[in-house]
Amino acid sequence: MSAQTQRIEVTLETLLESVDLAESISMRIAEAAGFSEEEIHKIGMAVREGVINAYNYGNQQDRGKKILMTIELEPEHMVVRVKDQGKGFELHEIPNPLAEENLLRTSGRGLFLMRAFMDHFDVHTAPGGGAELVMKKKLPQKVSGNGKPQPE
Amino acid sequence: MTLQGTCRQIGDISIIDFSGKITLGEGSSLLRKTVRGLIDGGQKKILISLYDVDYIDSSGIGELVSAFTTVKGAGGELKLLHLTKRVHDILQITRLFTVFDVQSDEDTALRSFK
Repeated sequence: MSAQTQRIEVTLETLLESVDLAESISMRIAEAAGFSEEEIHKIGMAVREGVINAYNYGNQQDRGKKILMTIELEPEHMVVRVKDQGKGFELHEIPNPLAEENLLRTSGRGLFLMRAFMDHFDVHTAPGGGAELVMKKKLPQKVSGNGKPQPE
Repeated sequence: MTLQGTCRQIGDISIIDFSGKITLGEGSSLLRKTVRGLIDGGQKKILISLYDVDYIDSSGIGELVSAFTTVKGAGGELKLLHLTKRVHDILQITRLFTVFDVQSDEDTALRSFK
C-alpha cells in the first residue's frame, strides 16, 4: 500500500436502513484492504454498533439529523469515524455492561462490542456538538510470494 | 437474511427454531413478539434454538435478555440451544453465559426443564 491515506465520507440519514448500509460499506472496504473473513465480520459489526448508537442515542431517531461516517485507510490502520448530531457523551458515564448489576440490562453493550472488535476505540465531542466515535483496526500485513511479511 | 421463527411443542415445552439474523429492527421485534406470544398463551417453558442464527447485534442480545427476564418474571424458564460460534462468542465476551442456561443437545435440554 502506498503511504497515501485513502478516504471515503458517507452522510447517512437517521434511518434504520443506514445501519445495514454503513455495515455493508465498511465490510467491502475491509475486504479490499485484505482483512480476513473473521476480521471483516468484526469490523462490520463494530461499525454497525457505532451507527446504531448514533441512530438511537445520538440523534434519537430524529430524521432531521444526519450521521456522518468516514473511513480512512492509513498506511497501517483502517480508521472509522461515526459522528452524530446529538448532545455527545463521555465514555466514563456509560455503565460497564460486564458488571454483575448490569448483566440483565437490555441495552448498553454496543460501545463494549466496538471496543472488543477493534484495536482502538475512543469517543470525542465533535466540533459543534454531537459524539464522534473513532475506531481503528491495524491493517493485515501483506504477505510476499515467499510467505514472509512484505516490507512497506 | 431476515429472521424467521418456527414454533413447535414437545410436552409442556415450547421450542422456537430461529434462522437468520437477530438485529435491530425486524429481527429483534420478531423475537420479542414470539416469546411474548408464548407467554401470553400460558407457556412457561421455552427453548430457543439458534442453530441457524450466525449473527446477533447488541439489540438482539438485549432482546434475548429481555425475553429471559420476561419468562423468568412469569415464573417460567427460558433456555438457549445450539449456539453458532459467533453467537457463542458474543455471549461469552458479554458474560451472558453466566446468565443463560445454554444447551447443545435438544434431548438433554428438554430433560433439563423442571
